[in-house]
Amino acid sequence: MVWGNRLFAGITGLTAAGVVGVLVALVAVLAYTARSTLERFGLRFLFTTVWEPAPLNVYGIVPFVVGTLTTSLLALLISIPVSIGAAIFITQHAPPWLRLPVGQLIELLAAIPSIVFGFWGLIVLVPLMRYHIEPALGRYLGWTGLFSGTPIGLDVLTASLVLSVMTIPTITAITRDSIAAVPTSQKEAAIGLGATEWEVTRRAVLPYARGGIVAAVGLGLGRALGETMAVTLVIGNRNQIPDSLFSQGQTIASLIANQFAEASGPLELSALVEAGLVLLLITLAINLGARAFLARSKVPRAGDDA
Amino acid sequence: MTFDRSQRRRVWSLLAKGLTGLAVVAVLIPLIAVIGEAVVLGGSVLSWSFLTSNPPLPCSPRPGVTCPTGGIAPAIEGTLILLGLASLWSVPLGIGAAIFASEYSDRFRAARIVGLTADVMSGVPSIVVGVFVYSVLVLYAPSIVFSTLSGSLALSVIMLPIVTRTTETALRTVPRSVREAALALGIARWKTSLRVVLVTALPGVVTGILLAIARAAGEAAPLLLTDGGSFRGFVGLDQQVAAMPILIFTFADSPYQNWIRVAWGAALVLILLVLALSVLSRLTLERLSRRMRGM
Repeated sequence: MVWGNRLFAGITGLTAAGVVGVLVALVAVLAYTARSTLERFGLRFLFTTVWEPAPLNVYGIVPFVVGTLTTSLLALLISIPVSIGAAIFITQHAPPWLRLPVGQLIELLAAIPSIVFGFWGLIVLVPLMRYHIEPALGRYLGWTGLFSGTPIGLDVLTASLVLSVMTIPTITAITRDSIAAVPTSQKEAAIGLGATEWEVTRRAVLPYARGGIVAAVGLGLGRALGETMAVTLVIGNRNQIPDSLFSQGQTIASLIANQFAEASGPLELSALVEAGLVLLLITLAINLGARAFLARSKVPRAGDDA
Repeated sequence: MTFDRSQRRRVWSLLAKGLTGLAVVAVLIPLIAVIGEAVVLGGSVLSWSFLTSNPPLPCSPRPGVTCPTGGIAPAIEGTLILLGLASLWSVPLGIGAAIFASEYSDRFRAARIVGLTADVMSGVPSIVVGVFVYSVLVLYAPSIVFSTLSGSLALSVIMLPIVTRTTETALRTVPRSVREAALALGIARWKTSLRVVLVTALPGVVTGILLAIARAAGEAAPLLLTDGGSFRGFVGLDQQVAAMPILIFTFADSPYQNWIRVAWGAALVLILLVLALSVLSRLTLERLSRRMRGM
């Protein structure tokens, strides 16, 4: 039955090639479909600060890269300390009966569709920001320049908050797993030296789990950069470089979601596909980096368990 | 009041414990607020007729006018059909690739790329997947760019890495001794892979499929560029079909109060669907690990 084995290897090999092929095709097809703007603007696409549809036909991605990076990084600024803190509590301090349910609850929350977060942001968070939180921020912190302008709730700040809520389950779950994977001997050694609970966490556990935590943040960042629906609903959707956290903006993802159906012509369509290509390459790089950290963080673990 | 060094260390430790506890509360509050809002507002419209009637015409209440609520039947139908078709495309491909990756990685070094590919692919933004499927169809089948088929292809690209990764992991948990026992009985290698290894790991494979469907069920972004926005039920593979995430997006961002009510109802139905799939996948995964413990 050698032919049976060969046939089976051939078929499964083909499907494997198919899966790899999809990823290769992703990059190739986007680059091909965006060829007219790639040829016409070249690298200028990455440094142009206006997006002017036909008849002007000038397309640059700067406002959306700024919007994407601002919202994602601000979201992480909020979600990193909260997520790591929560993961530490769940693994180190929570009574055992509480660990599993809280952990599972957070994991289930990671499964909630992003459109639901966006809807909640639009109906609940936007009015709250507009009438209560943003006026207060403007009054007390307006002098920093970050919180200037008329607060209308549909802005970069609200989008960042929604993104932070959405990245928290991802970062918490992976951080918890990497802290849980720290060998007990590591903790016991620190306790044996007379360390307090916090010193055990700070000096024995966190350094050991560092690789996993970096990966968790990377994967959270990847999720934030590419998030579309939630951001589209609350960011205000204006093609401009935001000059404060209260100004309307656009991320690469929300630009595509908003403009695709009403593109002014083939050149704008090509520009939108190129914007998608840029987003794809950014997220691929970040994901590969995060995966490398995750893989590396497992290496000492394997040796230590023995 | 002054503390000596050991007191200071203990105070720090308590402080850290309190702060991390607060972090858990900070994580849970917004997440529970989201679910609570959907349960309260969505629950108020949820009924049998909500699941079986068509969406209402846009309407905001005026004196003497009451707005109909209607339902989301076409969107439920559309979502189920899209998910079914997407599973049809992605499950065989994903399982095949996973078998190759786990059973042939000794003989073909290239098989190791499959796992990495799946990991990387699961991080691709879903809107980019929409752009991709749109671009492919514009090139090769322009007449079905906006169709049920096109939407199902986009969702299948979202599902593919999840099915592949989870299946591969499940296959790898099957001990080598099981494979060796089958081969020693004279069973052909391909039959061993299919009838012994795959069947043993089946709960894990089911987990992967359920997780993939749960993820795809809530995706609106890829459908926006492929299936487009329709409020109709299924009329043909080459025609557009309604879907729950798209309906929520369109209705949520509208000025009509009855549409916003319907969107909350749809959000609750979608959350319940996704949570049911997640819980189910957890149960099947436990079944796999119980099975493996016996070996």
